[in-house]
Order: sequence, then structure tokens, then C-alpha cells
Amino acid sequence: MLSTIGMFQLDSDTSKVVLSLLNILLIVIPLVGVVFTTIHFFNSYEFIEMMLAQPVNRRIIFLSEYIAVSFSLLIAFLAGVGLPMLYYGTNESALNLLLSGMILTLVFVSLAFLSSVLTRDKAKAIGIALLFWFYFVLIYDAFILWVVYSYSDYPLEKVTLTLISLNPVDLARILMILKLDVSALMGYTGAFYKEFFGSNSGFLFAVAMLVIWIIVPLVFALRIFKKKDL
Amino acid sequence: MITIKNIRKNFGKLKVLNDISLDLVAGNSYALIGPNGSGKTTLIKSILGLVIPGSGEIKVNGESIIRKWHYREKIGYMPQIGHFPDNMKIGQLFDMLKNIRKHPSGLDEEMYHAFHLDHVKEKRMHTLSGGTRQKVSAALAFLFNPPVLILDEPTAGLDPVSVELLKDKIQRERSAGKLILITSHIMSDLDDLASHMTYLYEGNIIYNDSIENLKAETGFDRLGKAVSKVISQHTTNLPS
Repeated sequence: MLSTIGMFQLDSDTSKVVLSLLNILLIVIPLVGVVFTTIHFFNSYEFIEMMLAQPVNRRIIFLSEYIAVSFSLLIAFLAGVGLPMLYYGTNESALNLLLSGMILTLVFVSLAFLSSVLTRDKAKAIGIALLFWFYFVLIYDAFILWVVYSYSDYPLEKVTLTLISLNPVDLARILMILKLDVSALMGYTGAFYKEFFGSNSGFLFAVAMLVIWIIVPLVFALRIFKKKDL
Repeated sequence: MITIKNIRKNFGKLKVLNDISLDLVAGNSYALIGPNGSGKTTLIKSILGLVIPGSGEIKVNGESIIRKWHYREKIGYMPQIGHFPDNMKIGQLFDMLKNIRKHPSGLDEEMYHAFHLDHVKEKRMHTLSGGTRQKVSAALAFLFNPPVLILDEPTAGLDPVSVELLKDKIQRERSAGKLILITSHIMSDLDDLASHMTYLYEGNIIYNDSIENLKAETGFDRLGKAVSKVISQHTTNLPS
């Protein structure tokens, strides 16, 4: 929140602030999301155990945990980023940032729940969750860069598009960048993306992919949780 | 009332429960004893559906419990160590559970009042001592008047007055025809409370009979002595 206010004071142009914020948010949101969620899950482990001794369906307990954690993180995010924006004036790209930030929060809460049910050990779970974060934020990008660089003689638009869909952080980033009209900086591929993601159907495609990124880990986590020994 | 058939459970390579079959009948109270790590808590958790056995079947009132959860309405469970959300007040916890279980027939708040929990209901859970937590767990187990009571070391950490209150309550519930399953390491407590004894050793049941038979068999009048005699007999016979 402080950084948002600070950036608004440094620069009066909302889109520039949004762009600076974007870079921070894309790294920080997933990190806070996974760490907070795994810690919360293991702190309430005994409580979950107690609730399971009551006549309650396991699915209900799991989903209420998910809703509780993601709601508190969403509120924190909206208060931290949304309020200053509201104060300094919003535009379409700011709303876009809020939207992609919220979706990204949900994605990483899902992933963190998955890593929490995979193991009994708190340290291991946080490790797996951080690995998710590390992978999507850093390693995956390096991988894409490598692919693009090594096969730069071939037309790669479709390939990179597919690869990017496989990374929620990249999806959120592209969603944002294209709304900010800085895609011209990205050359021909950027223009291609602009054409694809800039259209409404492309926007919907990106959002749909992100929703899949929320649901798939959650469903896996739920399945494991239903069979888990506590 | 609860039938356990050929339950097996492994944690990795460790065999925790090894082909266990038990028949628990309403109106009896069973003392589940055994050394630490012999599988008592795992067995209890299997009945509650917290641990899912590798093979075998558990039936409550003739119905298999796999993938079911309604049957837990019939069970009051007092865990070995009660863990509750730290920031919740005692009163809130009771209200929440009442809300979850929406019990149509009357609540049994006897223990809640007997332990004077109504005086501390504004206290938050993390400020409570271990003994008070035990009292909360106990009061919760009895609250919904369940036909089955599972008590995992109920008297550990309680003060002498509360132990007597709890034991009285357990005895009354038993004579009211409820099924009670207790684990404990304190033989003198079990002497007053239990009608049957089940001894678990490394995942096997090596003794299961009524306490009268046990005493007659061994010739000892005190449960502790009788148990240690019968255990030493049985464990020396076990192939090692």
C-alpha cells in the first residue's frame, strides 16, 4: 500500500504507476499468496482435524478454508492497491491491474493448497509452494526466453502463446501490458499478441485460462484432501 | 453397534494396524490400552474417518463409514490434546459447534456447567491452560448427547475434582446404554469405568475380554496387576 502511494506521488500518470506496480505485484502477490496460505493451513491443521470429527463433509471444510484464505488475501490486496488507486484516480488499466491481481491471488492460493495437502510436513509444504512460485516467476520465463532465442529463425507466435498459457504469471502480465499500450516495445511478437489478446476474445481466453489455473489445482487438492489421513 | 473388520493400516513401511477386528456393543465401555505407539489413536481415528484404513471395513449401526460423514453425529469425540482456534472465545466455540450440528433433541450441558465453563466463556482459547482445554473438549464430547463416546485419555491433565466429575458422568452415560471407548494409561481410572478390556500391541489385538473374566483368570483384584500379568503371559507367547 505504501509503495502504491509512493509511486503515485512520484508520477502523476496513472498508467505509468500501474506499470511500475505491475512489476512488483507480479512477484509479490504470488509470494505472499503461497506463503500465507501454507502457513495458515498448517496452523489450522488441528482445528481442521477437530472439525472433521464433527459430522461435516470434508469437501465443505476444504472449500470453506479456501474461501476464507482467498477472501482475506483479496481484501488485503484491494485495500493495499485498490484504495490508493481510487484516491488518485483510476482508469481502465488500473482496473485491469486489480482484476489480474485478484485472479493471480486465487491461482496461487489454489497452488498453495495443493502443496499443503501433498505433505504432512509444514517445511516441505512451504518448500513446494515456494518452488511453484520460483518456477512460475523465474524459471519458466528463462525457459521461454531460451526457446525463443534458440528457435528464433522459426515463426514462434503460436508456440509462445501456448507456452505462456501454461504460466499464470505470464498470462496476468500480458493481460496487463497489452492494456497499457506499451506492447509496441515488444516488436513483431508484441504486435501479434496485441492482435490476439487485445481483442475481446483474446482477453476472455486469457481470463478463462487463469480460471482454469484456479480450478485445476483446487480440484486436485480437494481429491487428495478427501483421501488424506490426518 | 460398531463393527471393525480386518482393518489394516500402514504409514509407509510401518504397520500400525495389523488385521484388527473388533465388535463394540452399546451399553458396554471398552478400555483400549497398550503401550505408546501401539495404534490406539490410529484405531480411534479410523473409526472417526480421520484416517482411512488401507483395507478392511468399519460399520456403524450396520452401515459402512467409507465416504460417509453423517454417522459422526452419533459420536462424541474427546481428543488427546484439544486444539482450538486461538482467537476464539469459549462461548463462540460452543455456539459454532451447536450451529454445525443443529441438534434436534436436547443438548446435554451438564459438563459445561459442572466444569464452570460458563464463567470463563469470554476467555480466548490461547489463554487457557491445558487442563481447561481438556474440560472444554470433554464438555464438547458430551454436549450433543451422542450414543457413542470416544475418549482419548480423558483424565490426563485434569485436576482431581474434575476427574471425579468426569468419571461420574462417564459411568452414568454408560448405564444409560451408551457405547464408550476409552484409552488411558491410568489403570485405576479404567478399573472404575470400563467393562471390557482390549489390549493392542504393535497393531495386533492380543487380549479382548470383559474385565470380570480378566480378573477371574488372573486371580488379581486390581486391574493394573491383572493387566500386567495377562500381558506378560501373552507377549512371551508371541513369535518375535
